[in-house]
Amino acid sequence: MLFSLRLPVVEMTANFSVSVQQQDFDVSAELTLLREQSSQVGAIANFVGVVRDINDQQNVATLELEHYPGMTEKSISDIMAQAAERWQLLGGRVIHRIGKLSPGDQIVLVAVSSLHRGEAFAACEFIMDYLKTRAPFWKKELTPDGERWVDARDSDHSAAERWNYSF
Amino acid sequence: MVTVLFFARIREQLGIDRLSLILPQEPMTVSRLKQHIVDIHNPDWSDILMADNVIKAVNQEVVDDNHSLKEGDEIAFFPPVTGG
Repeated sequence: MLFSLRLPVVEMTANFSVSVQQQDFDVSAELTLLREQSSQVGAIANFVGVVRDINDQQNVATLELEHYPGMTEKSISDIMAQAAERWQLLGGRVIHRIGKLSPGDQIVLVAVSSLHRGEAFAACEFIMDYLKTRAPFWKKELTPDGERWVDARDSDHSAAERWNYSF
Repeated sequence: MVTVLFFARIREQLGIDRLSLILPQEPMTVSRLKQHIVDIHNPDWSDILMADNVIKAVNQEVVDDNHSLKEGDEIAFFPPVTGG
């Protein structure tokens, strides 16, 4: 496995982890794990993405998620390391689901723990904005009219630009 | 040998998800590799691989067309990402 030489070396502890998986996740259990990792935890911020039933005026029956095995985990680990450089974080957890999903299903979890809420909120948004524009996942919608690949949104790129990613 | 991977819409358009190639002798960049793949496989692949929005990664890092390749590299071509 090759790691980028452009990235600063950040000590990533066992308190930061990434999973790419088909199965659903239990938000409450994940937050409990983050809370119990350190007695210093004063704040945990989290974001849960959910599959919509309508996208661009089309009914969506099923969503299929493809990814680039290895690069997804690596790119999300890299961004968590970047977040840990910018803010004083105590732990982080990202879970992204792949395969077939239905409207209402959870698709992604980003959770971050810190001493105070400001850092947790900011780092959570930072990681999520990155994920939307850089992590190699692709959605295909299966609709009553057939299947189609979802197009990338300009608004996601605008949201990501504010962070001035260094890579 | 190098491994070339294709994902999502590009994988479907090409009808193939990976290739193993012997790198030609001359210094090779990502952009030359795309031309080489088109030359040895299918002229119809040109529009798909040369499109402006194709993202290129080498050893799982995003790179630009001028990136130099070496033996053993894993090169991937994919469309803009839509996760999250």
